[in-house]
Amino acid sequence: MTDLGNHVVIAPILVPLLTGTLLVLLRGSATPLRRTISMLGIQLLLAASLWLLLQVANGDLLVYQLGSWAAPYGIVLVADRLSAAMVMVTSVLALFAMMHAIQGSDRRGRQYHVLFQFLLMGLNGAFLTGDLFNLFVFFEILLIASYGMLLHGGGAARSKAGLHYVVVNLVGSSLFLFAVGTLYGVLGTLNMADLALRVAALPPEEVGLVRAAALLLFVVFALKAALVPLHLWLPGAYSAAGPASVALFAIMTKVGGYSILRVYSLIFGAEAGPLANLVEPWLLVLGLLTIIVGTIGVLASRNLALLVAYLVVISSGSILTAFGLGSQAALSAGLYYSFQSALVTAALFMLTENVARTRGAFADQLRAGPMLPAANLLGGLFLVLALAVAGVPPLSGFIGKVLIIQASLDTPAIAWIMAIVLSTSLLTLMALARAGSTLFFKTDTNAGAATLPDTANLVPVAAVAVISLLYVVFASPIYSYTEAAAAQLLSPADYIEAVLDAETQASDETRLDSKTLIEGETTPDGMALPSHAGGH
Amino acid sequence: MEALIALSVGLLTACGIYLLLRGRTFPVVLGITLLSYAVNLFLFVMGRLSIGVPAILEPNRTDYADPLPQALVLTAIVIGFGMTAFVVVLALRARADLGNDHVDGREP
Repeated sequence: MTDLGNHVVIAPILVPLLTGTLLVLLRGSATPLRRTISMLGIQLLLAASLWLLLQVANGDLLVYQLGSWAAPYGIVLVADRLSAAMVMVTSVLALFAMMHAIQGSDRRGRQYHVLFQFLLMGLNGAFLTGDLFNLFVFFEILLIASYGMLLHGGGAARSKAGLHYVVVNLVGSSLFLFAVGTLYGVLGTLNMADLALRVAALPPEEVGLVRAAALLLFVVFALKAALVPLHLWLPGAYSAAGPASVALFAIMTKVGGYSILRVYSLIFGAEAGPLANLVEPWLLVLGLLTIIVGTIGVLASRNLALLVAYLVVISSGSILTAFGLGSQAALSAGLYYSFQSALVTAALFMLTENVARTRGAFADQLRAGPMLPAANLLGGLFLVLALAVAGVPPLSGFIGKVLIIQASLDTPAIAWIMAIVLSTSLLTLMALARAGSTLFFKTDTNAGAATLPDTANLVPVAAVAVISLLYVVFASPIYSYTEAAAAQLLSPADYIEAVLDAETQASDETRLDSKTLIEGETTPDGMALPSHAGGH
Repeated sequence: MEALIALSVGLLTACGIYLLLRGRTFPVVLGITLLSYAVNLFLFVMGRLSIGVPAILEPNRTDYADPLPQALVLTAIVIGFGMTAFVVVLALRARADLGNDHVDGREP
């Protein structure tokens, strides 16, 4: 307990929580002070995430028992390669989003920094938790912070988009609770590792009920991940949200993807008996459909923010297609793709804001406007990011897509995946080329003058463009990391063992007493079923 | 008893979904409220229905009411209450910003 290293697992949750709380207390203070604290909080979070990543990189599973309660009774946080990497990507994205926000767009509403920190807390909590109900709670934390951030800046368009977004997500939360309630009612536990054991040993008469709950849970996660036909909320919400907020939203669809991967590899994975690989066939078909629908949206978009929002839909579809293939190579390819697509789409959202600001009344509409004085700089950045997102060599999206196609080579779906991924990439590239040439080349002499962009504002965008290049240069170590993460996901037995056999860290007598008291209630076969479960 | 509770959950959910699909913000907010009532009731009975048994373990009792769903439903009520308050304020804000209370922001 005295070793601080044990607590690194909870640090990515505690750091934003404490920073956010401090910012609530300082709500009347000067903006520079709040910006400094918020930025310091994010840098501290970045350090904590890196530390966590280094600790799990060798394949260790870190299990953190909250309040020292042992696994099926207490809530645990679990850090494996996947969750540590997701936390790391979130922190990096948060750094760039905050760099962008403190250039001025954080002043359009009062509590921007507080909401930002709580959103980070919800995201990191969702990535790290090992308990299904706790996942719900962290989802709610990140959602309520995102409601505030979506409305940041105000205005009629945001109110309308915000209302849709909030209502859709509230319904999603209700479905989540129905699913969790059913799983608890049948299986008598909410710990994910324990759920996996119970599902594997499920009596045949309960299979239907558990399958219904599992598919209901899939609907909720698919809603968060914007999978067709539950993607309709995303383009409106993301294109209406302010750039300071939406840069961080780019990771939010990944939370849905992560939850699908976690729940359906651990609880309903290959060893789940009659419920094994429950959603994989659905994922593949829906993922491919999502790519197609997203591409149609990209082609039809009349402004840049909407176009980038549809790019988020496409990337979500690509990731879930890879997850739907289910092999280690495919999961690894999907993870490789998802890390870079979160960063690149966030950078595109930030660039959109910069372009819109220089064009005055034309904003980000895709029609001929005033000649941009810094068209080379803005256009150059747009070119790099567009190539990265469409998947043109030598940028990061290219390797991601190649890996996904390579992983599908010896599966029956190869023809579909190849045809859809390649043709939609071409169409996306065309749409982006059209958008770029309209914005940066076509000028209307009657449109008035454009203003110079603020170069400081472009620093985070340029930084992501450089990262996209570095992501290719270091593709080999990153890919071997995602491959190891996928291998870890596909052997859930290690996860279950680590969580359920973790030594309780309690040292005081009372804790041990209450533990033995609960264990006294276990059934003879050693399964700690609550008295009602199985007895109906 | 179980049938009555199941019917109540079903009726609340059905009314909630019907109201959610209406075009004005006020029925939608009511729909969300009814749906969250249904969820809370559902979560609560997931610990099974029992009368007159304590929710704590005592050394010489074998039957007890499962306390976990009660804790879950408490969390769900708090979160649901906060969300309802938020969506009410948001609906009022949208009414002020858009000039009408239709969910699409314009009269059909």
